[in-house]
Amino acid sequence: MSESVIIVNNLTKVYPGGVLAVDHISFEVKEGEIFALLGPNGAGKSTTIGMLTTALRPTEGEAYVGGFSVTREPAKVRSIIGVVPQEFSADEDLTAWENITLIGYLYGLPRDEVKRRAEELLQMVGLYGVKDKKVETFSGGMRRRLEIAMGLINRPRVLFLDEPTLGLDVQTRAAIWEYVLKLKKDYNMTIFLTTHYLEEADSYGDRVAIIDRGRILVIGRPDELKKSVTWDTVEIEVTGPEDTIRKALSGIRQIKEFTFVDGRLVVKVSDGPLAIPQIVNSLSSMGLEVRELSMSRPTLDEVYMHYTGRSMREEFISKEEAFAMRRTLRRARS
Amino acid sequence: MSKIKTPHLHGLWALTNRELKKWYKEPVILILSLIQPILWIGIFGKAMNLANMFQGASISIPGLTIPRQIIDQIGNLVLKETFGTTDYFSFLAVGMLSFIVLFTSMSSGMTIVWDRRLGFLGKLLTTPVPRGSIIISKVLASIIKSLAQATIVLLIGVLLGLRFSFSIAMPAAFLLMYLTLFLLSFGFSSLFLMLALRSTRWETQMAIMNLLNMPLLFSSNSFYPISYMPWWLKPIALANPLTYANAITRWALIGVTPGVSIMVAFAYLVAFAMLFAALGITLSWRFLSL
Repeated sequence: MSESVIIVNNLTKVYPGGVLAVDHISFEVKEGEIFALLGPNGAGKSTTIGMLTTALRPTEGEAYVGGFSVTREPAKVRSIIGVVPQEFSADEDLTAWENITLIGYLYGLPRDEVKRRAEELLQMVGLYGVKDKKVETFSGGMRRRLEIAMGLINRPRVLFLDEPTLGLDVQTRAAIWEYVLKLKKDYNMTIFLTTHYLEEADSYGDRVAIIDRGRILVIGRPDELKKSVTWDTVEIEVTGPEDTIRKALSGIRQIKEFTFVDGRLVVKVSDGPLAIPQIVNSLSSMGLEVRELSMSRPTLDEVYMHYTGRSMREEFISKEEAFAMRRTLRRARS
Repeated sequence: MSKIKTPHLHGLWALTNRELKKWYKEPVILILSLIQPILWIGIFGKAMNLANMFQGASISIPGLTIPRQIIDQIGNLVLKETFGTTDYFSFLAVGMLSFIVLFTSMSSGMTIVWDRRLGFLGKLLTTPVPRGSIIISKVLASIIKSLAQATIVLLIGVLLGLRFSFSIAMPAAFLLMYLTLFLLSFGFSSLFLMLALRSTRWETQMAIMNLLNMPLLFSSNSFYPISYMPWWLKPIALANPLTYANAITRWALIGVTPGVSIMVAFAYLVAFAMLFAALGITLSWRFLSL
């Protein structure tokens, strides 16, 4: 659990024309971990995956996957990774079965083994029944499941998922995540994923790295990140003179600040679950009645805002990228 | 746990097979690509029947009646002198074999552009299949397609009246024809794949194809012999691999005396194929990426 399966050192990519897509990033990913790279479109997520999966050559810096250098031993890296690209990559003119077995042969697996694994994987993602149908007839969710199955044919140590749920509806997204978590459990894989869905990084990532304009701003467990920069918000409906309320709250350590909004008391606290009983007790002891109380915890968007000064936003993206994304979305929704 | 055996060959055949599947599962495209050479043979070849111009007529000049046989004889001599055969239709039909090979091989570059645009190439590049195999598989598929299409064009030529006059034993003649077309396709497929290695726009690739196909065709001996070309076109025709392919196939199949020795023509095609295949594979190692 403690060994680093991905080591990234000052990795940099400058595209021809001088666009700095990834700017000296460094991080490590531990064996068996789900590592989420979170950032808006154009932040450098796909470029980072491209370099780690040896499809793109770094301009500077080095990265090791499973102990192999992505620049000096790309063939070895390729043999131990599985990649589910952001764009659908299956050949539309071929069937699901033809697609997945083709990828199996590209890994040099023997024919019987390819067939055995293809059958197992297609069954796992629920596509075995339609294995002889052309991929062009598949819905977005089916395509994504096929892509995941294709990414697993070589039993990779590390699975790279580039925006695995882009453009999919909520139910399909949940289903995809079910598969991913099951995979992680069954095969003890390390999963490296990129996403611009905050909730996904939050709920599924063991650790999250926030990337913006090619730089990694912060890395940590989602709860740690949230705790480090933000406060829980407690909203209380309570009646009574403001002065009394002020007095009641004055002694509680966890309280950062409080305001009155539309007759409700809004309190920012460092540790909600610990602070709430104290707040309620203190208010009651002053003879004030707490009628309603709610607490909200911060989201990663607040963490993101803290580090970048702005909310996650749509960035200007290149024409090629826009083309690819539109196509992916179109196919995902068909 | 799993044994990895001969990954190179495995990947190579699997990829070639994919290209071929896409081709024979889409018969419409296959048929469409055959239409042009068939039109050339069927319409141009039949209408532009030069033999009719020189044969079957008798000319009466006042005071002088030239018998038909003499006119025919003179006509045949002129035709023979010009085309190496009195049968222009067969001359053109055999020339169409290299035409279809050229056009089929040219379109191989498009498959890389599409694979890139549709995301397949991106996936491919993350698998351990060697970069060279990606290109070689496309070249192989293109050669197989070219030879299959050439066979169909040959059969249609025969149906429309192509008459063989083998210079060597028939099996050897056909073998030589396939070998020649194989080399031609090998070279042209590699060349056009090479041009598409970094291309992201199929429009560019189409433009390159349209820019080169007719000039390549008309600067060869596909329609007319080199000896009738203006002086400035001759060197171009002599550099054009189509010229040598046509010289060999016409010699083998319909007995046309080649302008160059068959050995030289064959050696030229081998060199052409080897040069561009080597270049294509070397460049793909270096430049094939997203």
